[in-house]
Amino acid sequence: MIMARPKPIEEIIDEIKDFNKVLIAGCDGCVTVCEAGGIKEVQVLASALRLYFGKERKKLEIDETSLTRQCDKDYLHELLDKIDDYDAVVSLACGAGVQFMAEMYRKKPIFPGVDTCFIGVTEERGVWAERCQACGQCILASTGGICPITRCSKRMMNGPCGGSEKGKCEVSPDTDCGWHLIYERLKELGQLDFFAEPTDPKDWASSRDGGPRKIVREDVRQ
Amino acid sequence: MRLRYPSNIKIIKVPCTGRVAIIHMLKALEEGADGVMVAGCLEGDCHYQSGNLRAKKRVIYVQETLEKIGMESERVAMYNLSAGDGPRFAEIAREMTEKVQELGPSPIKKGKKKTSKKSKVEVAA
Repeated sequence: MIMARPKPIEEIIDEIKDFNKVLIAGCDGCVTVCEAGGIKEVQVLASALRLYFGKERKKLEIDETSLTRQCDKDYLHELLDKIDDYDAVVSLACGAGVQFMAEMYRKKPIFPGVDTCFIGVTEERGVWAERCQACGQCILASTGGICPITRCSKRMMNGPCGGSEKGKCEVSPDTDCGWHLIYERLKELGQLDFFAEPTDPKDWASSRDGGPRKIVREDVRQ
Repeated sequence: MRLRYPSNIKIIKVPCTGRVAIIHMLKALEEGADGVMVAGCLEGDCHYQSGNLRAKKRVIYVQETLEKIGMESERVAMYNLSAGDGPRFAEIAREMTEKVQELGPSPIKKGKKKTSKKSKVEVAA
């Protein structure tokens, strides 16, 4: 899922300091799982902001809410009746949620409360790691279920490169070499013949090269 | 034992300091407490294995947040003591109260009509 981290509170204070009434809106989706933008984080941020503005003797009313998903119009509609009560909204959803809210409520300033980072997994509580770059053409079937686009720092299709040492990437001793992982996994699966022939260059047309992407599926479209 | 400790302390009992969330400490400050003291079991002695260690991390988080918003981080503190050590509880209660009194009233409540001369400390124990 999409991973994010909370923005520094100083940045959020700076965004909203000139308003009188602000809504902090969380998202019950991905950002709740990575503990950056769910209802708990909304409550903590709102409380800290009230402390700050209380200390500064600035009358700024701060309310809290959280929507099931901010990347879905049906749930964003839940704010329709009350959004006009606020001068601005701080959305703790991912970048997609923030933008979708801004699209729906065009006259309302919508500020991001988190920095959206990547599509990843929860390795353990408090440790989230990138696993997918949404390149649009999945090659995991041939690479032992390990993505070279994500796990190799150079996104190489034929690795490892000369920077791989003892299973680690030259970028950082804390970073596994993606191609070392692929080699070890294919060895376990008895599929090392994958390395006998070079892999063709990747078709990046399905990635970001064509600008913002869109999926239109007539079979499910209404 | 009839031990004396400052009467301006309001005790909030929880089963384990692991139950004390970040929002509880922030809310206490928001509602006008001058300080918040979390009193947990000795490290390594938690009846629920690691509740006091979780609380410790949360207290540090709140202290860091207070610093970021320009408030004294000393208004929130974590103490570790045995559940049977009454004299030590009275001692840390006095210590925390003195520390908070030195800091003065919470900057949050200066604008309110009623301001107690005594400092108010909330304890989660």
